Parts: sequence; C-alpha cells; structure tokens
Amino acid sequence: MNCDEAKVLMHALIDGELDAGHAREVEAHIMGCADCAARLREFQELRKAMTPAAMRYTAPAGLRERIEGKLPALPATGASRRAVIKGFAGGAALSAIAASGVLVMVMRGDDQRRVLGEVVSAHLRSLQAQQAHLIDVQSSDQHTVKPWFNGRLDVAPPVVELTAQGFTLLGGRLDYVDAKPVAAIVYRRRVHIINLFCAPAPGSGNSGATMESLHGYNVRRWSENGLNLWAVSDINAEELAEFGEKFEAALKQ
Amino acid sequence: MMAGGVADASDGSRAERFKALALPHLDDVYTLARYLLRSASDADDAVQECYLRAFRHFDSFRGGPIKPWLMAILRNVAHATSGANVRLVFTADTGEPQGGAQILPLWREDGDTPEQAMLRRHDSETMRALIAQLPAEFREVIVLREINDLSYRDIATVIEAPIGTVMSRLARARGMLREAWIAAEGRGQS
Repeated sequence: MNCDEAKVLMHALIDGELDAGHAREVEAHIMGCADCAARLREFQELRKAMTPAAMRYTAPAGLRERIEGKLPALPATGASRRAVIKGFAGGAALSAIAASGVLVMVMRGDDQRRVLGEVVSAHLRSLQAQQAHLIDVQSSDQHTVKPWFNGRLDVAPPVVELTAQGFTLLGGRLDYVDAKPVAAIVYRRRVHIINLFCAPAPGSGNSGATMESLHGYNVRRWSENGLNLWAVSDINAEELAEFGEKFEAALKQ
Repeated sequence: MMAGGVADASDGSRAERFKALALPHLDDVYTLARYLLRSASDADDAVQECYLRAFRHFDSFRGGPIKPWLMAILRNVAHATSGANVRLVFTADTGEPQGGAQILPLWREDGDTPEQAMLRRHDSETMRALIAQLPAEFREVIVLREINDLSYRDIATVIEAPIGTVMSRLARARGMLREAWIAAEGRGQS
C-alpha cells in the first residue's frame, strides 16, 4: 500500500468501514510511515473536537405539527364540522397508537441490531479458529451435510449445492446465535468464506431480503418457511446478494 | 393497528404507518437541512416539503432503513430550493452568528463544569461554522457521516454516488476541515 491509498483508506479505518484484511493493510502501512501516522493522529484529534450531539439541530416544535397536519387525518370523510371534530379526537388517539408503534419499532430495531452483531461475531469466531471450528461436518455433498443436523436441531436447515453458480459448499456446523443453537452452512467464494446461519422462527412469514453491514462485513437477512436466515461474509454486497438469490432459487427447484 | 368501521381507514393507516416510521428521524433530517441550506426558515420549508413528498412516494419505499431514503429526498428538495434561490448557494457564511439568537446552542451537557461547557460550546460553534463554509459536496458527506452517523453505504445511497466516491470525498472534506480548524485555532490564540 502506498501513501496515496492510505490517505483515503485511513478514513474508512477511522470510521470502522474496513474489513479485517484491509484494516490490517492500512495499519501495517501506518506503522511504517511516520507521515501517515501523523496524519491519522491529526484526523483523530479533529474527530475528538467534534461533539456530534452538540452540532445537531432540533426541529422547531411547530414543524412536527405542521407536517402531521398536512398528512391525511382519520377519518377522512366529508368536511362537515362534526367530521373535523371527530377527526381531531381520532387524531389524538392515533398519536398515542403511533407513539407506541414507534416504541415497538425502536425495540425491534435494537433487537435486530443486536442479533446482527451476534451473527457477525459468530462469523468471525468461525474464521479465527479455522482448524478448530469452522466445520463440524465437512462435505461438498448436500445429502451428507443436511442429515448431519438431524437430532442436533429442531429443524432441518436447507442445504443446497451451488458449486456451479460459483459458491462451493464446504460443510456445516452447529453454532449459537442469541443463545440458541443454529445451523451454520459454510460456503466458499474464491478465498472468502460465507456463513449461512439458519435459526428456526416459528410463525414468521416469508420476508424479503435486507442487506446490512457491520464492521465491514455484509449481512443479507431474510425469512422463509419458518426460518430466519443470515448470510455473512466479507465479500461485497453485490456478490452476497447474488449468493442469496441463487440460494433461494435453488431451494425452489 | 386501525380500529374498524372508519371510512378511508387505508389512507389514514398508511399515514400512521408513515408517521411512525418517518417522524422519529425529524431532528436528523432537520439537521441535514440546516447544514445544506444554512438558513433556519429554508430548512423548515425543505423538511416539510421532504416529508410530504416522502409520504406521496411512500409506496415506492422498499423497506430497510428509512433514514437514508428520507435524506435522499431532503437533499433533492434542498437542491431545488437552492436552485430557485441562488443567494443561498453563493452567500459565503462567514461563521459570524447571524441574528445571534438563531445560532445559540440547543443542547445541555450534563456533568460539565461551566468552563468545560463553555469550551465545548465554543468548539462546537466553531465547528458548525467551519462545516458551513465547506463547498456543498464536501459539506454534505461530513454532515451525513459525523453528525447524522450514516454508514458509507447509506451515504452512497443519499448522494447517489459509488462508495469509492464517498470515501475519497470524505477524505478531502476532512482535510479541508482540518486546515480550516487549525487556522481558526490560530486566530483564537493570537
């Protein structure tokens, strides 16, 4: 890595946006380059001088009401005075419902965030102890990997071979996410490992995929057939999305 | 979520769903508007327009985090606003508090001594003013990253540019801000 690259990438390092491999490369360069080390220190100082909370603005009180006032009110019937009065009363009740809705959403959001952290940690654990515990059952044959989970989990996780599509099945293992046993199915894309975590989620419907990233790892999350699935890897989001789509398509066959 | 028997409940419940999702981000959107437009009243108008526009297009919102989606709309509104009102783009904000009261801090830090609070306020005011002076394309990435706390991916969504562009623009923006900050510190001490 040269200084020009490091000058840009050190910002991604400060922001925690680099995957482990790139972070090591930038750090290695900075260790050996006094100029870049000084520059990094200066930017860290600059960051310390910023207090985001104090640099924010608070929306004026009237703004929220004005926006709410312009959105369709309930019930949106006629324009008689009676209806308007009813609308106001209904509006107050709805605000309360909306407020509780916000609370539920915030909590659910936090919960998802926490689980997201857990699947990324599980992914990292599986890589660090590579010999010890990436794979319990090593096979590129889905008919070997799938039955291995019998008796170890309440559900049969979906296992499909995607070698032809560029994702090699390496095997599976039992892991834990959110203090519950989950199936981890391990795939390889070039030199990158993809962990696909499957946790039973009774009653959950099918939900479309969302892509998130944490500490430089991409996570594609979706639900189907009573399972929550998370594909975690350091490959880029496009390839991980491709993996998810190929996986879903193969399941439907 | 809706009680039955209400006419046009679908429209109303859609509005309630929208409010529950979008209104919690009002301060964030307003903050971005203040930095992009550098005027309290323009920010006010832009945020209102942003929310109404977002509601009209709520059906096209595809799930996931709503904050970047709202901010992308705000940014488009702000561009239209500053296009219509050229003064806003080219008026160099010198960082002098205009109208005093408007720029007064709206926060309170717990546990600070009065001196610390004053230093912090001074720092933050300086920093606000310095950010306000950055050219628009650098100002927006700094605000989205440092103040709105968006990931590079979300910033890329908002400014409709690849992540590589986000990264290089942020690097340049921080470089400019650092120089301005050092210059401001120097003025402060002399």
